[in-house]
Amino acid sequence: MTTTLDRPPVNTPGAGEREKKTARLRASRIALHTFLIAVCLVWLAPLLWTVFASLRTYEDTAANGYFSLPSELTLSNFGKAWETADLPNYFWNTLVITIPAVIVTLLFSSFVAFGVTRFSFRFNLALLMLFTAGNLLPQQVIITPLYRLFRLIPVPEWINYKETLLDTQLGLILIHIAFQIGFCTFVLSNYMKTIPNELTEAARVDGAGVLRQYWQVILPLCRPALGALATLEFTWIYNDFFWAIVLIQTGDKMPITSALSNLRGQFFTDYNLLAAGSLLVAIPCLVVFFALQRQFVGGLTLGSTKG
Amino acid sequence: MTVLQTSRTDPTPPARKGRRRATALSGTDRIVLLLMVGVPTLLHVALVWVPTLSSVLLSFTSWDGIGDLDQITFVGTRNYVDIFTAYPRFWPAVQHNLIWLAFLILLPTSFGLLLAVLLDRQLKFTRIYQSVLYLPVVLALAMVGFIWQLMYEPNLGLVNNVLGIAQSSPVDWLGDSDINIYAVLIAAGWKHTGYVMLLYLAGLKSFDPSLKEAAALDGANGWQTFWKVTFPVLKPINVIVLVITVIEGLRAFDIVYAINRGRNGLELVSVLITDNIIGESSRIGWGSALAVILLVISLGFIITYLVQVFRREERT
Repeated sequence: MTTTLDRPPVNTPGAGEREKKTARLRASRIALHTFLIAVCLVWLAPLLWTVFASLRTYEDTAANGYFSLPSELTLSNFGKAWETADLPNYFWNTLVITIPAVIVTLLFSSFVAFGVTRFSFRFNLALLMLFTAGNLLPQQVIITPLYRLFRLIPVPEWINYKETLLDTQLGLILIHIAFQIGFCTFVLSNYMKTIPNELTEAARVDGAGVLRQYWQVILPLCRPALGALATLEFTWIYNDFFWAIVLIQTGDKMPITSALSNLRGQFFTDYNLLAAGSLLVAIPCLVVFFALQRQFVGGLTLGSTKG
Repeated sequence: MTVLQTSRTDPTPPARKGRRRATALSGTDRIVLLLMVGVPTLLHVALVWVPTLSSVLLSFTSWDGIGDLDQITFVGTRNYVDIFTAYPRFWPAVQHNLIWLAFLILLPTSFGLLLAVLLDRQLKFTRIYQSVLYLPVVLALAMVGFIWQLMYEPNLGLVNNVLGIAQSSPVDWLGDSDINIYAVLIAAGWKHTGYVMLLYLAGLKSFDPSLKEAAALDGANGWQTFWKVTFPVLKPINVIVLVITVIEGLRAFDIVYAINRGRNGLELVSVLITDNIIGESSRIGWGSALAVILLVISLGFIITYLVQVFRREERT
């Protein structure tokens, strides 16, 4: 990007001076790399320490302490954490909550974004601001009445034997959707604005209704933005802790991130097991990190900078 | 945005602004459109804005949450007066929130900016450095809490062992109520720095390199170029980073709750509100008043954000 900067300056200095300059440049590069490597090592330390602890046996660390060379490394802590704490159940809960929440959030927010960018109502901007502001509210501002509201809303017995929306995964899905559509609508409407109006106009002239314009013209063009948002929303909803802690009361119904604090002490009794359990819970996030990095970063910066 | 726009395959030109033809919609189209916009809006308003407004109303009432709705009685500003004058946990929580904000704004934000500026150049391994630094961003804040608990463990954790005080006189980083807030903030900053760095990197990417070049030709050194050229151009990003940081600071909850449920030096306003619902006493009016205090503080920043973002919208 800044290749032009490396061009020699207009008044070419003498050869000796240039050499001195390159030497100085090289020295500053080495200093820069040293600094960055040091920072990166510090940054990785907490994770590496967790991995290190999770790979050691209890007997080993009890005898030698944690700050020591391992006598043996093992993966058995992971298996033990997985089984004793019944992690599959909690992973399943997370899946049941996250997948529908992400899909409906993207569907709803693309509806609204399509509506406000393709057609003009009187309240276009006001509507967008409402959604954007709603997403920025601290969750705690709305939790007290929301908790009451969920207790008042009846649901059929097959969803929850207490027949209230409180303590159901459905309630959690709903609040995730309601809260997250704000951000996604904002991002998607910015994105859709870059698509020329002529495209939908042409489709309309050809007799396509609103739904077809949305589904066959606009949505396919938004695929990159949708991919980025799906990655980001998956991570956020997976990482949610607060909603589930308050709105789910039965421990067995909790998604994995919130369940971890209950499992600690109860099942993850020793330090090595806790490290292994924490890492297991972090795995989906790490998959996002390694496999979907572009989408994640793209989504994160999408809301803040516009091209 | 840049990231995605360049990755788009079809090179459609950007729409001309402000030109919308009056479209005559058929009856069905109108209904479909109304549903497409109406249903999500209804859900959002019902679950986000109705509770927000209810918080404001309920904060002036007293209700134990057990009886019927008609048992709600209007008490004026009593909840607020009680919170400000007679609630021992309130002011420490506010103080912790303020420390939280000041810390996040000062350290992770400026360090994130520094890293972004250092990494936004042709440098070997810059992608690897960036990846490592933003790795914590994908982790849940609660998870960050768990991981750092392992780091801070007095006898077994890495921190005390590296300092060489694990056996002789271990510091209980998370248990000592004088220092635990700072220990937690380092963990929170570990995540936040990467986030800020990403935002600034995206901002710097859309920065016109010829500006820097011109400054270099005029004989400005790196330091001058940064303060006189780069930083002013980054102003919109600065505002957004500031607002995101403040909102994160006000929302802070997961990490302290994961560590010790927000007790013993780690009280935050968000924790007090939550305790009021799932904790010992359930006083709706009281919890709502706490929520309104949080709302009022955040509204100022939310409005700043909206102005910044939507003003740019009109310009583009």
